[in-house]
Amino acid sequence: MTKFLIALLFAPIMAFASGSTAHIDKWPGSVSDKAALQNGAKLFVNYCMNCHGASYMRYKNLLDLGLTEQQVKENLMFTSDKIGELMRVAARSDEQKLWFGATPPDLTIIARARGEAGNAGAGADWLYTYLRSFYRDANRPTGWNNTVFENVGMPHILYGLQGQQVMNHETHKLELAVPGSMAPAEFDKSVSDLVGFMVWMGEPQQEYRRTLGWFVLAFLAVLFVVAYALKKEYWKDIH
Amino acid sequence: MAAGNFEKYKSDGSLAGNALEWLDARFPATSMWKGHLSEYYAPKNFNFWYFFGSLALLVLVIQIVTGIFLVMHYKPDAALNANGVPIAFASVEYIMRDVSGGWLIRYMHSTGASAFFIVVYMHMFRGLLYGSYRKPRELTWLFGVGIFLCLMGEAFFGYLLPWGQMSYWGAQVIVNLFSAIPVIGGDLSLIIRGDFVVGDATLNRFFSFHVIAFPLVLIGLVAAHVLALHETGSNNPDGVEIKANKDEHGIPRDGIPFHPYYTVKDIVGVVVFLMVFSAVMFWAPEGGGYFLETPNFYPADPLKTPPHIAPVWYFTPFYSILRAVTYPLFGLDAKFWGVVAMGASVVIFAFLPWLDRSPVKSIRYRGPIYKTLLTIFVICFFVLGYLGTLSPSPMGELVSQVCSVFYFGFFLAMPWWSRMDKFKQVPDRVTFK
Repeated sequence: MTKFLIALLFAPIMAFASGSTAHIDKWPGSVSDKAALQNGAKLFVNYCMNCHGASYMRYKNLLDLGLTEQQVKENLMFTSDKIGELMRVAARSDEQKLWFGATPPDLTIIARARGEAGNAGAGADWLYTYLRSFYRDANRPTGWNNTVFENVGMPHILYGLQGQQVMNHETHKLELAVPGSMAPAEFDKSVSDLVGFMVWMGEPQQEYRRTLGWFVLAFLAVLFVVAYALKKEYWKDIH
Repeated sequence: MAAGNFEKYKSDGSLAGNALEWLDARFPATSMWKGHLSEYYAPKNFNFWYFFGSLALLVLVIQIVTGIFLVMHYKPDAALNANGVPIAFASVEYIMRDVSGGWLIRYMHSTGASAFFIVVYMHMFRGLLYGSYRKPRELTWLFGVGIFLCLMGEAFFGYLLPWGQMSYWGAQVIVNLFSAIPVIGGDLSLIIRGDFVVGDATLNRFFSFHVIAFPLVLIGLVAAHVLALHETGSNNPDGVEIKANKDEHGIPRDGIPFHPYYTVKDIVGVVVFLMVFSAVMFWAPEGGGYFLETPNFYPADPLKTPPHIAPVWYFTPFYSILRAVTYPLFGLDAKFWGVVAMGASVVIFAFLPWLDRSPVKSIRYRGPIYKTLLTIFVICFFVLGYLGTLSPSPMGELVSQVCSVFYFGFFLAMPWWSRMDKFKQVPDRVTFK
């Protein structure tokens, strides 16, 4: 009876579960890989930050990636000279709106915003697939389109690295027509690093948070033993 | 057991004793301590379900304390900052990144909001299991329903403050519901918003409601809830009135002093609760995208409606009932009746003490009718809750209509079905199970 009722409880969830349309690849990276995050930071400030801001982040936070202040100043700061400044974008939003049809969104917490109900980590997968899914499309003002974000206003910023993909209209698959400076596997790794940086940037203290959780749980486990023994002691005469 | 019938403290001549005597002559310290804790006799057979009252109080304290610190750094301002981001939204990220320990305080508050509803739903379900709302505890139950309504308001107002996309559009949808009320609806929703669209005026008044008005009412209702409970004494899993069987000192034979017995027991409950709470807060603060909805990581944009607006999970059962009503009636459109149904689905809990006509209180001595109907009711509640998180669909609409009909049927037909069951003999004394 109980089992039947539990099954009944979950039945509608099964019936209403539905898949999304475009295929999304799983992001292969990890936020604990400091070298990858540093590479991602480099790609981010060199490519993304021309148009997108990361305006909740301070350059100072990049020190948490294992970089020195000198390294950050020399390699990652192009629009500001103070390490405590926010990572603003140089371009003006009203002009960008004119160029692209929409102001490019701030990317500080984009990986979190692209998550889904039931799968908060889906944002990384989406970004990883999106950045690798641009293809040549003569009908678009920028000359680019994207399979996971149809008619996106953003052009393919990383095409010098990836090369140019075209859509094969028979197989509905993307094919590399003009190779870029990176081999496909090398490019995938770079995008993975870039996505890793964006996941990290969404919540820079996330690794610390997860670690702290273990200490808090360990403390509570000890407290539980004490509290339970106290309860047993007080209650031994109650029948 | 009412406070106030206890003797004043007589000093033993020590400094602490003199101080307490001085205090007791001017303030009911000893009588309150005894009346509510050390000589408040609670049934000795409380089980798992009886942890959630004290846990609700704990979560209330967590929310108030974390809220005090959040208000120190949060700015209720819809204007755009130099980076084109609303100041309110940016201030939340400022708390998450630049304020020392801010992320922890914010996650405690956001996880606490969902935890509050989980704990309160469990607490209410306990009432359904053991008939805690029955005579003589009707007023305790009514104060409790008041707390639940107040909590829903508190959560609704608070959800606007991060000023994300879901904050904004959720508030837009809910405030628009009031416009469905005939004659006064348009003006009413205008008064609530303070503007023709959700904007800075709305954000500021919701902030005021969230941090001042509703917490004040909430604390008052909680005090009334506890005072009323302590007047009648607690119910228990057997639904036996322990005051009916007292010893020669006038103490219930099945009662034990709340302090120290239930204080030490509740500490165990608190620790277990904090373990679950911490696990969510440290390892999954988004609650899988249900505690912190992912579209809320985009700042509010009045020009861009999200494709799917879903309320936070704790409102979705009632939201589903709203959406299930699709028929106009008496010349008023379906939206109005949806609002009525949604309101009724919450308020109907207040009538339980008078709807339930069974001769016994506890599910332990009720028959298969109650057990079956209560199970289906809980399933309907979960199904409605789940459907409320999804985009509308014809199948979902049909299922939510069936569930809504059952939801109301459970309450409205209770005066009849609650009498028909096969009841067991209730024992004179409480039992341990």
